[in-house]
Amino acid sequence: MHVELQTQPTATPVWPMLRTLGVIATLSGLLVVLADQITQPMIAEKQRLLTEQLVFQVIPGAVTKRDFIITADGRLEATASGASGEPIYAAYTAAGQLQAVAIVGSGGGYAGPVQVMFAYDPSCQCIVGSQVLKSNETPGFGDKLDTDPAFRENFRALEARVDTAGTALANPIVTVKHGTKTAPWQIDAITGATISSRAMGKAANQAAQRAAPVIQRDLAKLTQPN
Amino acid sequence: MAEAPQDRATAAASAPLLTQEETLTADTFIRGLWQENPVFVMLLGMCPVLAVTNSTINALGMGLSTTFVLVFSGILISLLRHWIPKQVRIASYIVIIATFVTLVDYAIQAISLELYAALGAFIQLIVVNCIILGRAEAYASKQRVLTTIVNSLGTGIGFTLALLALGTVREILGNGTILGISLFGPDFQPWLIMILPPGGFFVLGAWLLYFNWLRLNRLRRVTTFTGAPADAR
Ligand SMILES: Cc1cc2nc3c(=O)[nH]c(=O)nc-3n(C[C@H](O)[C@H](O)[C@H](O)COP(=O)(O)O)c2cc1C
Repeated sequence: MHVELQTQPTATPVWPMLRTLGVIATLSGLLVVLADQITQPMIAEKQRLLTEQLVFQVIPGAVTKRDFIITADGRLEATASGASGEPIYAAYTAAGQLQAVAIVGSGGGYAGPVQVMFAYDPSCQCIVGSQVLKSNETPGFGDKLDTDPAFRENFRALEARVDTAGTALANPIVTVKHGTKTAPWQIDAITGATISSRAMGKAANQAAQRAAPVIQRDLAKLTQPN
Repeated sequence: MAEAPQDRATAAASAPLLTQEETLTADTFIRGLWQENPVFVMLLGMCPVLAVTNSTINALGMGLSTTFVLVFSGILISLLRHWIPKQVRIASYIVIIATFVTLVDYAIQAISLELYAALGAFIQLIVVNCIILGRAEAYASKQRVLTTIVNSLGTGIGFTLALLALGTVREILGNGTILGISLFGPDFQPWLIMILPPGGFFVLGAWLLYFNWLRLNRLRRVTTFTGAPADAR
């Protein structure tokens, strides 16, 4: 302790230290803000293109899309209105008819949440397609959610019917063990990847529970032309 | 294994070239590639080396990002070297490094969101990559700008090549592809383990074994010719 105190006087005065840190921090701030200003529009554009590409991937055949928001109190608003909430994407055929709505949900899997985009067809009240957006599932397990042919069969017409009160699904979507599917709202799991399959079911249920009642109630907003 | 970098650091500190300004030679560049390769010789930066080398493109993205940060933080630190008081140097280096890491972070998002998602938090974590702080403290803070650029490029490319050595092997064995292009056709059953974390350790271990074998072989040859042990490097 005593020795340390004796070596102290050789220290640099305070001012050069403050000056150096001040200048470096200012320079850093300028560079970061500049980079942010330049890249923000590019990143937003990339994000928009990516979403568009994904929507047309889960809803093949659609040619145009319009973005909507489901607000926290369950209203359907055009994204352009500036409302905040869960985004959904209505996709239209070349003739301008509503083909399906892309909705997003997530469920806990083997290694964290699995986020999935589903195609919801309001006319059959069912899910007609899916695409995993984000997952940390083990390679070789998680990929099957998008590629396993038998598992894909689940998403040809997965029932997501709204109950008579119009507030929730009549039958919650659930994943069942491989080979035990009996009802159209059940997902037949992949053998050996039951945990990832369950995540998919939870994601589908979450997405549909939130979006299907709102879409059915406000269908006119989606079908009317711009 | 933990001893090695430290031994090297003390050896380097006593070596004359780092206490005075180095003249620019081919060795300024080559050293980082080979004799002082950050991964295969110094065993630095193991976290990204193991975590993001499950494919060639991830390895390349990580390697080039690190190189960019190495070079630009090196330039700035070298320019300011007479001007940064010793007491605040680490804080200064970290702010400078963090600035360039943020720039890379934005740039990668603007270039490819897929790559950004694949590299995840490891881009931000370049800030704490000891290769960069090591170069700042041991080289850029004492050397002229030009030699710093050349030396940082050497180290950065050495790091990138090491990541590619892991990433390519892991992608070929674990996924049967290279840069996403299928190599062996649909009948190939990939060794999934290779793109999982244990695969990173296996492949790193295999490369270290290979490079150490090369080094020992060279040492043995030199010894038999001259009758005296020589520096393996
Ligand atoms: C290293 C390792 C990684 C695994 N990763 C997954 C995974 O990502 N998703 C999954 O559903 N199961 C994964 N499993 C398997 C699960 O532990 C579990 O065995 C399986 O989901 C059960 O399916 P089953 O009931 O059809 O046999 C993994 C197992 C191991 C050993």
